Amino acid sequence: MIKNILNLGDAALYCDFGKEVNRETNTQVIRYFKSIQRENITSINNLSPSYNKLIISFDLKKTNFKDLKKLIENLDITNEDDLENKKIEVPVCCDENFALDIVRLEKKLNLKREKIYENFFSKEFFCYMTGFIAGMPFLGDLTGNMRAKRLETPRVKVPKGSVALTEQFANIYTFESPGGWNVIGNSPLTIFDSSKEASPNLINPGDIVLFKEISKKQYENYNE
Amino acid sequence: MFYLKKYQKNSMKIIMSKNYFQVIRAGIFTTFQDEGRKNLYHIGIPFSGAMDKRNYLLSNKLIGNKINSPALEFAYQGPLLKYFGNKINIAVTGDVNFKIKKKDIIIDGNCYQSLNLENGDEVDILSTNKSVYGYLAIGGQIDLKYQWSSCSTNTKATIGANDGKKLENKQVVNISKLNNQSVERKLNYINTKIENIRIIKGTNFDYFSDKGKKIFLEKEFIVSKLTDRMGMRLDGPKIENVIDTNIKSEGLIKGAIQVPADGNPIVMLSDHGTIGGYPKIGVVISADYDKLVQLSPGSKIKFKQVDLSSAENLFKLYDLETQNLISQIE
Repeated sequence: MIKNILNLGDAALYCDFGKEVNRETNTQVIRYFKSIQRENITSINNLSPSYNKLIISFDLKKTNFKDLKKLIENLDITNEDDLENKKIEVPVCCDENFALDIVRLEKKLNLKREKIYENFFSKEFFCYMTGFIAGMPFLGDLTGNMRAKRLETPRVKVPKGSVALTEQFANIYTFESPGGWNVIGNSPLTIFDSSKEASPNLINPGDIVLFKEISKKQYENYNE
Repeated sequence: MFYLKKYQKNSMKIIMSKNYFQVIRAGIFTTFQDEGRKNLYHIGIPFSGAMDKRNYLLSNKLIGNKINSPALEFAYQGPLLKYFGNKINIAVTGDVNFKIKKKDIIIDGNCYQSLNLENGDEVDILSTNKSVYGYLAIGGQIDLKYQWSSCSTNTKATIGANDGKKLENKQVVNISKLNNQSVERKLNYINTKIENIRIIKGTNFDYFSDKGKKIFLEKEFIVSKLTDRMGMRLDGPKIENVIDTNIKSEGLIKGAIQVPADGNPIVMLSDHGTIGGYPKIGVVISADYDKLVQLSPGSKIKFKQVDLSSAENLFKLYDLETQNLISQIE
């Protein structure tokens, strides 16, 4: 449930679902997100679900904070919701040319790379949210011994397709972009496709992701 | 009604319609923009759209376009375009220095006034004066790709018009249909500049020390060179954080001011990343956004705090003034 609604600027509602980042809280956020989306409220012009927050941007010409807050508070949120968990397999090549930060990560985690990859590939990930850049999935949760901080100086360019870790999360760079996560491999899979307007994202909040290791040769010959 | 000319150049096929602009110089950052796209934050796509909305709307109204038609947005130095085809209307808005080159004369261009171009004429947008963005509206239908009901180019996600890229030298801009009207339209309008940008306290305002808050609300900052359609970085006294320099990543909005560990604020602009993990000290009010984006690198900026109801009233005023200006153009 929403614990508190604040204003973020003059044209957005900041809905707080609590401090904890876990699947339970996030599932609540996604339920609200989907329920509001279904309502098609014309004064709302954007929804940003994240781990434990939902930001609702609105058109200040059509409504204001007070009125929209009331509307959201009185909204019926169905609980037995259709949170279908799609399962998606994502191939990753961990060739040295792709695993830009594996050496650094071995030191940070005090784990050998074989162990890092074993942990990573044996895990089922849950998609908490997508964004930052178009289609980028935020996937959790890594176990305690796999959690590393961001790079001290972020890269100006992280290559497209990079699979990277930070703290309890993994992500996939859908575009070349600046970024500070620890890169451990690269996926040839198209995660974001802007030509599919109805569903450009391969991975959506609530989905389950499994990474599968592939060789350099398989990577090069990869055909979707 | 119109024919297509095809020719091979650098192995790239350029298809031109009967009426078109040849891009001789693309300018620093010239893109097609309209009102932007909505309801896509959750997949990582920001609003985009014209940075200075008022000037964008006025440019379209001046040439009798539908108010939300695509226009060319340029930053600092704009494009040099040569026109081929039947007489066409254009209008430039912003604080812009530009020239029209006809066969044997060069005319100084006036902003906020519709102008005619004839076959072979050139429009040369030299610079924006002590501001950043200007708009060139074209009196006709431009052939552009729409994605999610908007042609706005988002170069980061490579979506929108022009294959998601900024304008390039030697390309063409095809006009598929010219507007009928050629009545001259004009508006008396002067862009005013402000140094005070009004803000509302952000959701992490209390992450900062009393001294840090005071610095944010009372000291002057300078717009840095690292400023583009995504964000505006500011230099100045450091804003000290006393709680945590990271928050759990969450949604961002246009105008949100994040302060990373180095203590220098970054204001999110129209093409911003949709998720961020730095504390938000404030949010620029909607009424001041158009003015904010026009502050060029080196400009001074001071933040002034207002409450929510003042911000709402200021937006009503801003909107009323915009509607007023639009209705003055007939």
